Amino acid sequence: MPDAPLSVDGRARDAESADWIEALCSAGAAREEALERLHGLLLRASRFEVARRRRAMGLGADGDLDDLATQAADDALVAILRRLHTFRGDSHFTTWAYKFALLEAGMRVRRRAWHGREVPLEQDGWAQLPDRGASPGDDAETAELLAAVRDAIAEVLTPHQRAVLVAIALNDVPIDVLAERLATTRGALYKTLHDARKKLRARLAADGLAVDSVREGRMP
Amino acid sequence: MSDHDRSRPTELLARLLGPPAPELTCDECFEHLDRYVELELAGHDADAAVPGMRAHLEGCPACKEDHESLTAFVGSEPR
Repeated sequence: MPDAPLSVDGRARDAESADWIEALCSAGAAREEALERLHGLLLRASRFEVARRRRAMGLGADGDLDDLATQAADDALVAILRRLHTFRGDSHFTTWAYKFALLEAGMRVRRRAWHGREVPLEQDGWAQLPDRGASPGDDAETAELLAAVRDAIAEVLTPHQRAVLVAIALNDVPIDVLAERLATTRGALYKTLHDARKKLRARLAADGLAVDSVREGRMP
Repeated sequence: MSDHDRSRPTELLARLLGPPAPELTCDECFEHLDRYVELELAGHDADAAVPGMRAHLEGCPACKEDHESLTAFVGSEPR
């Protein structure tokens, strides 16, 4: 993995990354050659991501998906050139560049999978929470927490916070699909989700319920 | 996570309540993701180097997918 960093323009970079930056900031044939080479790498990354997502989501193989990978690589290249000045050399340049292609490709596949599907935003989807989560083996503490979460959703969240929480946390709507439908950004939606979760935790803690250890795969 | 896992009360509560620890935003996660993944792949303590990243990945399904993808892709690349 990472070789020894090299100081270039006051920033730590490995030699290969420094070569990339120099070529992309140059003019003429050297820049054109670097752009073509970078696009090839981005296309490989976006095809990798499209194939991974296609398998995970059960999408069929078709030519549109390869077009989608090409579009993702094109848009990633534009984003990289726009943000080239923000590359700090904290990683290899190619790793930094790949994340743009993977983000673009993943977002496009998720949107493609939801194309034409209604996004469930029903705000009362949480009302059956205790029934939805309960099973015969659950202990009383779990049932009490689920009922308390249901009540807190009703009492402390705004209608918008409820809609976002229900869509993402209960109905598995991908956040970037929801962002597209609501004409907002992934970051803004996650802020809404984060604020909603914070309110729920505060309410449960105020009610004396043990919520600190509720995390993925663990319970109090 | 399978549909069965999603329906488990513990998973349901985790998805509703999110991570208990302070976490990065989606934009901050994207900014640090390349460094975080390289540190992980090199066997370093990525969580100590990028505080708040692990909590965010637990709370944000989309960023978690991006992290898994970058790890898988860079991990498959010859260096």
